[in-house]
Amino acid sequence: MVKITKPAQAGTVESNDIMVTVAPAESGSGIVVELTSPVIKKYGKQICAVIEKTAKDCGIQDALVNANDKGALDCTIEARVKTAIARACAGEAK
Amino acid sequence: MARMRRSMMFVPGNNPGMLINAGIYGADTIIFCVEDAVSVYEKDAARQLVANAIRNIKYPCEVAVRINHISTPYGRDDLAVILPAKPDMIRLPKAETAADILDVDEIITAAEKKCGFEAGSIKMMAAIETCKGIMNAYEIASASPRMEALAIGGEDYLADLRTSRTTHGDEFLAARSQIVVAARAAGIQAIDTVYSDINNEEGFRNEITRIKELGFDGKSVINPRQIKIVHDVFAPTQKEIDHAERVLKAYEEALAKGSGVISLNGKMIDGPIVARAERALAYADALGMRKGAK
Repeated sequence: MVKITKPAQAGTVESNDIMVTVAPAESGSGIVVELTSPVIKKYGKQICAVIEKTAKDCGIQDALVNANDKGALDCTIEARVKTAIARACAGEAK
Repeated sequence: MARMRRSMMFVPGNNPGMLINAGIYGADTIIFCVEDAVSVYEKDAARQLVANAIRNIKYPCEVAVRINHISTPYGRDDLAVILPAKPDMIRLPKAETAADILDVDEIITAAEKKCGFEAGSIKMMAAIETCKGIMNAYEIASASPRMEALAIGGEDYLADLRTSRTTHGDEFLAARSQIVVAARAAGIQAIDTVYSDINNEEGFRNEITRIKELGFDGKSVINPRQIKIVHDVFAPTQKEIDHAERVLKAYEEALAKGSGVISLNGKMIDGPIVARAERALAYADALGMRKGAK
């Protein structure tokens, strides 16, 4: 298990990107995603699922994730979440 | 014939929109840059983005990644994240010695083994950007069987040479000559530096013509608008194709007759001329420029 120790951010608000901020959360709270996206009605669930899966694959169990999506593909979302988590864990997550 | 690398287009590694669309412009190779195009604060983000793009997007061309030099704090991390995604090629910037190539080669070899990739399937090219690198060009070009091309990194080289860009390009004469000769001696390709004045089409076209005449195989480009111009200049003309066909026809007829001396329109045809004609036709065939050709 990897623990988020401080807030960290990755990504931008340019088109095709997503700005992801991760922050520590209480133990047992799970991965809580707050999403803003122009395609939230159609793809909101999918975006949240990618964020949650990526976080879990990085070994995260509890986190508050704020995501400001600008039309990012899944591969971009995954990359930004990985980077934000790595920064938040001082390089623990790969 | 060898893979064509007429145009090698740089794409900033931390821009998702550009990474996603990089394959649509028709470049022979796209080079995702996690070096100079990415700030030191975003290296970690760019390498993740590039690795994921390579894994998930099917590009219709060769995909290379320009990593940071292996001696910087970023080079080894770049390779650790990007190699498992299996790029076609790693471009090492600021290569100065054969040891630089061997260091990267060793890391690629270990990654290929760990990831179950075919040995030797990830190629390399090196950009020479210093006078020391130019002096060691052949050793760099021939340091590893992975090496496919040698390039010039123009601005850094000119800074090291203590000169600057001109419109006539004489400041690159020594470096370009050395790069082409070293690359050819090592049996690999030579790629010219970028032309950064993207609005000067005439100057760009003149520079491509010059480097083609020097023997270069292609040019680095920084804007999709430059790709077609490079391809236009590198394509053989119909006149060159017709001439090459006549040369080969005359050569084949002479062989059939057992004639030792071959001439076409009063000019002697010998081995190098036949080889040049074969190269021109192979190039034309690769571009689909000959009707009825295989």
